[in-house]
Amino acid sequence: MAAATLRTEHAYFEHDADVGIVGRGERVEDAFVAGAQAVFALVSRLEDVRPLERIEVAFEEPDVELAFVTWLNRLVAESQARDLVLGRFALARAGARWRGEAWGERWREALERGVDVKGATLTMLSVKPVDGGWEARCVVDV
Amino acid sequence: MDLSRISCIDPCTWSLPAEPGRGEVRFFGTRELLEAMDDKVMEQITNVAKLPGLAGCAMTMPDAHWGYGFPIGGVAAFDPEEGGIISAGGVGFDISCGIRFLRTGIDRAALMPLLHKVSDSLFRDIPAGVGEGGSLRLDAAELDRVLAGGARWAIAQGFGSADELEFVEEHGCMAGADPANVSPLAKARQRGEMGTLGSGNHYLEVQWVERIHDAAAARAFGLHEGQVVVSIHCVSRGLGHQVGSDYLVSLAKAAARLGVTLPDRELACAPIRSPEGREYIGAMNAAMNCALANRQILAHITRKVFGHYFPGVPVETLFDVSHNTCKPELHRVDGRERLLYVHRKGATRAFGPGHPGIPERYRAVGQPVIIGGSMGTGSYVLAGSPTGEARAFSSASHGAGRAMSRHKALARWRGRELVDALATQGILVRTRSMRGAAEEAPGAYKDLEMVAEATEKAGLARRVAAVRPLTCIKG
Repeated sequence: MAAATLRTEHAYFEHDADVGIVGRGERVEDAFVAGAQAVFALVSRLEDVRPLERIEVAFEEPDVELAFVTWLNRLVAESQARDLVLGRFALARAGARWRGEAWGERWREALERGVDVKGATLTMLSVKPVDGGWEARCVVDV
Repeated sequence: MDLSRISCIDPCTWSLPAEPGRGEVRFFGTRELLEAMDDKVMEQITNVAKLPGLAGCAMTMPDAHWGYGFPIGGVAAFDPEEGGIISAGGVGFDISCGIRFLRTGIDRAALMPLLHKVSDSLFRDIPAGVGEGGSLRLDAAELDRVLAGGARWAIAQGFGSADELEFVEEHGCMAGADPANVSPLAKARQRGEMGTLGSGNHYLEVQWVERIHDAAAARAFGLHEGQVVVSIHCVSRGLGHQVGSDYLVSLAKAAARLGVTLPDRELACAPIRSPEGREYIGAMNAAMNCALANRQILAHITRKVFGHYFPGVPVETLFDVSHNTCKPELHRVDGRERLLYVHRKGATRAFGPGHPGIPERYRAVGQPVIIGGSMGTGSYVLAGSPTGEARAFSSASHGAGRAMSRHKALARWRGRELVDALATQGILVRTRSMRGAAEEAPGAYKDLEMVAEATEKAGLARRVAAVRPLTCIKG
């Protein structure tokens, strides 16, 4: 499985109470990585987060849209359970099997504190090809 | 929201009639409040009205806004005897989010000289904001006892006294909790989170009673003008969030197999009587107990801070009420009493006078209802109305409701400037997140007065007291 770490961009879309996140990339995996960047940029400033600790997530999900939500929710859960803030992500896929990594560090005073992301929802969830690449989006509860 | 499809029943009640495959939808609120809502509110509550086993109408409260699956401010009851469902999307991530409201024996004039010190002490002792853990570290066995015992567990650990439980919904412990249905990951997220406030729209606010609207109810609630009170708005934290995440996906997958057609996948649900439905209910009830325990701990810490500056002065629980729940309740629909599972997502239970579920002290006037506002405007204390049962399964508004997205608020306000501006108005804000403060700017919320007035005019709950902020500990 080749890991996706490059050629990504993230953005946001409007939602009354929560936040719509968008990840774009060359492949589905790239778009998912960008989605993770969009989520954790709400938590802190990504460029300030040092890659001192690494976590792994692995899951099986044939539905690509549910896979996006599962990927984000696993990162949110694992980071909170380990008291980490994450800043770098990689993801590889083999059919329905997904294996990802993320790097970050424990909270320290110098890190900007944004908001807790509680989880990714199925609202406005889509994963689709766009302009020769892929785009993944959903609303996250904050 | 486009009102052309709905008809006006009275100035604060609107109806979208039932049609084949969908029940009736009721919208509570003034024309002005409804017009300001996003069209998504109607789309979402209309989808809710298509779910199986709906009893009566699906409805929105005057503070409704666009949510995920259910709108925030959405209420819908389902009958298990008619294939009714329980929806993880109808409860959401902030399971049993609610407000613990404390009344004190302190007057505003006595607090003002000490306000900065009290504010700083609360900010020091109440862990608030993203990445802030609590001082308690619970192992798996102890956490299971929290999930089974709720506020009773916290009191057994020394966080408060048993006489408070009468003033907490469900006497502090939701029956039917099954900690075994809560995933290990959900429990791992909670180990260091007991006794923490959280972030986003959660807060602890010291307030004062500015105006009494209903003297008899205020007397029963022990409120008077000039009195200092405290609102603690928080939730089940990481555990509740993970229960939401776990069951949202599993119920969305299970729905088709269980014969439920989902108009929106976010409405992930299962029949109440199915194994999947029962499993979620056990986990959700456990998460409710987690929230009740959390608010009990925070109330105790708050009491200790006040006790340091005002020794011997009472700081008592007036009421603790949740606004993200699904509970089995008896309601009269179509001329007969039925056991219904009432989803309130961003809506407060509001039993009217005489209901046996209300503490005896308040029974003659109705259940206390708290509408939390923004950090610049304060909150309202209301009492359940006699007409609320027939109109809305005894439900009322829960907050001012957002009028602007977080993204827009962030583009419009700077957190530091906002905190400084509030300080010039005499409102001290303590936060570790200036970004969070900007997102929660008072201007990003609806007009609290309009929401409270519409709640009263719609016959859901009547205003008892308006309270204004003195200091806000923001997550």
